[in-house]
Amino acid sequence: MTDLNLLYEAILKGKKKTAIELTNAALEEKADPKSLIDNHMIKAMEEVGRQFENHEIFVPELLMAGRAMKASLNILQPVLQGQGAGVSIGKVVIGTVKGDLHDIGKNLVASMLEGCGFEVIDIGIDMDSAKFVEAIREHKANILGLSALLTTTMPYMKTVIEALKEAGLRDQVKVIVGGAPVSQSFATEIGADGYSDTANSAVTKVKDLLGIL
Amino acid sequence: MSIQFTKLAYDSIDDFLYGKCIHPVVCKNGIVIGNGEIFPEINFTLPPMKATSDTLPEAKRIYGEMLEGVLKKARDLYAQNLVVEFETLPQYTEFPEWGIEIHKMMRNIMWDFETKYGIKSVIRMTPNDMREMNRPPIMRSGKYWDAMVRIFSQTARDGADLLSIESTGGKEISDEAMINADLRTAVFALGVLAPRDMKWLWTNLVEIIEENGAIPAGDSACGFANTAMVLAEQGFIPKVFAALVRTMSIPRALVAIENGAKGPGKDCAYENVYLKAITGTPISLEGKTAACAHFSPIGNIAAAVADLWSNESVQHIKLLSGFAPVVSTEQLIYDCRLMNVATKNGQTKTMRDWLVESDCYLDCQAYILRPDVVFEIAKETVKTQSPFLRTLKIARLTLSILQQAVDKKELSMEERELSWLDMLCFQIDEIPEDEEEFIAEMKEESDITKYKPDEYDI
Repeated sequence: MTDLNLLYEAILKGKKKTAIELTNAALEEKADPKSLIDNHMIKAMEEVGRQFENHEIFVPELLMAGRAMKASLNILQPVLQGQGAGVSIGKVVIGTVKGDLHDIGKNLVASMLEGCGFEVIDIGIDMDSAKFVEAIREHKANILGLSALLTTTMPYMKTVIEALKEAGLRDQVKVIVGGAPVSQSFATEIGADGYSDTANSAVTKVKDLLGIL
Repeated sequence: MSIQFTKLAYDSIDDFLYGKCIHPVVCKNGIVIGNGEIFPEINFTLPPMKATSDTLPEAKRIYGEMLEGVLKKARDLYAQNLVVEFETLPQYTEFPEWGIEIHKMMRNIMWDFETKYGIKSVIRMTPNDMREMNRPPIMRSGKYWDAMVRIFSQTARDGADLLSIESTGGKEISDEAMINADLRTAVFALGVLAPRDMKWLWTNLVEIIEENGAIPAGDSACGFANTAMVLAEQGFIPKVFAALVRTMSIPRALVAIENGAKGPGKDCAYENVYLKAITGTPISLEGKTAACAHFSPIGNIAAAVADLWSNESVQHIKLLSGFAPVVSTEQLIYDCRLMNVATKNGQTKTMRDWLVESDCYLDCQAYILRPDVVFEIAKETVKTQSPFLRTLKIARLTLSILQQAVDKKELSMEERELSWLDMLCFQIDEIPEDEEEFIAEMKEESDITKYKPDEYDI
């Protein structure tokens, strides 16, 4: 019988190969996939999140844990879908707005969201409003993350939000904004639903917006 | 024909000081950088607004207002020499005529102040490296490169003295490495891809800049080492990794000078401290006065051997005293004034050592900027000419220096940092010393959708 505490430990330590082996073994032993996720995998990620918040570990360890989690989820996904259930806790479209090439902050937020169980569609940098609208429509996302690092590109975030309204999609999606020159007051002014000044608080904000905290 | 550096420019660490270098740079109006005095380099940027053709008149008005404020402050505080950096917004390089127009307007204001008030100032023109707009980046041709050539050549013709860039070759691979503190990929980006691009880029830039009568100043590993520094500042990645990325940026940076750049190096390029030791060219740096743009653990030590003292960049926003660019100018002028008074009184070395000592024991990123450590790492750098081997040797030496500093209790380091110090030592030992072997391995391992090996001749 597979010791499921080892699955918890494998994800906590970011040991992807071990997590895959243990997940497969547990499934062969007819373990309940939902129980594996809820009682072991999510708990491991919660502990990783706690350690990160307490400055005990860094982002690389957090991302390794996220990758181990994702690998296990990929194994469980077909089984859960067969049972009529899903594994994603939310779908996020994310991108850097038109005229802006910066993407390291956006990539970090995307990686951390993925690690926490979100499905993330990263559409890249220098994206115009039509591309954001198209991605929201195509993927039926419930969160849109907009990033900008320049004072001259941050006003474009408002253009994207206006485009969502014109496309009739504004009510379907919560918009979160971030980037060095962006502030809460700017987010409020342009009609965004949320703002975050760090990648880890972005995850908390997204969960908050979706009511899953 | 590129220059080879096989020894340090300085015989004695006592001569390695701020405000003075072995090869000062002479500007068109007689300003000499690195000739005994440190003076300010000021940079500013627009407040939140779109950068389009429609907003260009307003942008010009604001740039003019910022510059006049800066120059008036210099006049009021009796600062005779000043460098003003115009680091373009991406749109002002993508549509080079916009950047050229703003530069010309700024240049005219500066000449006007020189005529009226005797304030000698020069522009450092820093266009963007637009080549990364293509994903994967197209490094050696195309509309973005053409736009860069246009703005470099025309602004040089229009009177810019110093031309710089924060080039991005290898950054497409490095970004992921920074977030993951992945030393192997960082070595590939900084030791293999970046030097190859720097050689091509700076060979071309030097030709373009010099034939148009300006000075090819220098580059910055901002997209690599400063990204790491900011991520470390936010607690995302280990500081020890950020320190390592800084020193691993030296071989990349050296390629610019080897291929004709003269200095002063860019302000955010802390790796240029090692360049000054090796090449004797002047450097600009930023520290506590750049807190308006980013935080750092090297607020004082950054000034220790600087020839220009910068604020990195500041937005045009109103503070209680006045507009932020004017505030930055005042802070820079007072810092420089104090340092120059120390020099006049024969106390440059004492002042340098105080700047060093106030930061170096508190953070590994500051420790590696100690002049003695700079000399040790610089000497290791010039033992070989291969940028790849230099990167590997520097990485090993940096880790060893930091480990020894911790062991001697000269450097404080958190527990979680210490475990990364061990892990990084392990990671570096896994990298082969044969460059071709390493390239072959990395071509297998790396995400080929992110970069084009052909653009780097691999």
